Amino acid sequence: MTKYSIFSLLRNAMGYHRDWQQAWRSPDPKPEYDVVIVGGGGHGLATAYYLAKEHGITNVAVLEKGWLGGGNTGRNTTIIRSNYLWDESAFLYEKSLKLYEGLSQDINYNIMLSQRGVLNLAHNLHDVRETQRRVNANRLNGIDGEYIGPEEIRKLVPIINLDPTIRYPVLGSSYQARGGTARHDAVAWGLARASDARGVDIIQNCEVTGFDIEKGQITGVQTNRGQIKAKKVGVVVAGHCTVMSDMAGFRMPIESHPLQAMVSDPVKPIIDVVVMSGAVHCYVSQSDKGELVLGAGIDAHTSYSQRGSLHIIEEQIAAVCELFPIFSRMRLMRQWGGIVDTCPDASPIISKTPVDGLYFNCGWGTGGFKATPGSGWVFAHTIARDEPHEINAPFSLDRFSTGHLIDEHGAAAVAH
Amino acid sequence: MFLITCPFCGEREESEFSYGHEAHIARPENPEKLSDAEWADYLFMRKNTKGVHLERWVHTAGCRRWFNAARNTHTNEILAIYKMGEQPPKEIKAMIEKGKTS
Repeated sequence: MTKYSIFSLLRNAMGYHRDWQQAWRSPDPKPEYDVVIVGGGGHGLATAYYLAKEHGITNVAVLEKGWLGGGNTGRNTTIIRSNYLWDESAFLYEKSLKLYEGLSQDINYNIMLSQRGVLNLAHNLHDVRETQRRVNANRLNGIDGEYIGPEEIRKLVPIINLDPTIRYPVLGSSYQARGGTARHDAVAWGLARASDARGVDIIQNCEVTGFDIEKGQITGVQTNRGQIKAKKVGVVVAGHCTVMSDMAGFRMPIESHPLQAMVSDPVKPIIDVVVMSGAVHCYVSQSDKGELVLGAGIDAHTSYSQRGSLHIIEEQIAAVCELFPIFSRMRLMRQWGGIVDTCPDASPIISKTPVDGLYFNCGWGTGGFKATPGSGWVFAHTIARDEPHEINAPFSLDRFSTGHLIDEHGAAAVAH
Repeated sequence: MFLITCPFCGEREESEFSYGHEAHIARPENPEKLSDAEWADYLFMRKNTKGVHLERWVHTAGCRRWFNAARNTHTNEILAIYKMGEQPPKEIKAMIEKGKTS
């Protein structure tokens, strides 16, 4: 792997940028691997990267049925934060945020991490109390955060509507200064390039159609490019995880819903923080290109259609226009949907399964992007050691029978 | 947004309805006799089918009555509407069986 630096940029500029090496190989699948990762999104690629880096397991393939980062990794609104309520979630998301903070250097790829600060608005007395409780819980867990009132919100976001007579008035907000955004494609491409450099085979257009299981032990996967043997298989396929668990013969507490996002025409810098509101289902940030990046809520019905309903967007845009009247005459440039895998307790499943050697990482719902490196890090540990790391031990599949749910609807809801 | 034919009111926009998730999940008659895993299966585990899915809807902004629907979750096409307490039409059952084997 050629190191990217100012010098490689200058050298290639001299050659009119015709001599850049491809960022990763596209090898044919080998007949057998130590570990096969199903799903070439951010979480799958991070898993492969940390398997190679932290555990020395490099005979690994990442199988992707489409193209890298073409699912939810390329469809989310790129928000990163770690201000979750419960200890279990706080440790998981904070691990991820810490890894994000060093990721550009670690993988020698600029993921454009921008720690511009994240606000989660409170619109009524209950919101205010819950927000204060969550901020206090964060601080007890060593995570930065503060509760701010309307005057401080005005300083951070001068364009927000603080009129107390609107339908959902802004009464206060949590503020995590270390939160922000990153470039989602760069996270996928950077992790792919760094994994490839450590020997991981990234195989696109390779769809898994079945699992080979002998006496309760995984032995490989069937794909549209033939059988691939594997000692261990990690499945990280977001919305399609129950399609996979059906093939493996066990059930999951997951439902798949469309989640929509959109961007506006690009404009000059107008908002330099991320503003989120779980109550009115909207979140707003501005990309480096100047587009407003807006996210909506999920459709109530389950679907695999990768497009949501118009009335969801209508409600979300109404909320945006009430919070930011200045945006009311802007035009939307693009709108799209992704299929998110929602869990009953709004927390992920990163777990062993009833099949030996088969591991699932799913249930991230509407907010997996922020967890990309942390999810890969704990999942790599789980696969390599055949037991979860203490961070992801609470996120097991059997919590639904033991009753130890991790109810993050307050901190997660739609506002991931 | 898709159109749903309420069996009582006729064809209306989806936004008039609320979703009731997977249909035909019967509450166990003797919950105290179930193991934790069986109870979890009833409470949390769902089919989440990619393909023909049997589900419940309620016409919230209309007659407020519940009914069942068979919908292809890949295309959002509604294949059949039938009343609560009824089983899905035979051709739908055949499609579901076929989906399992293909």
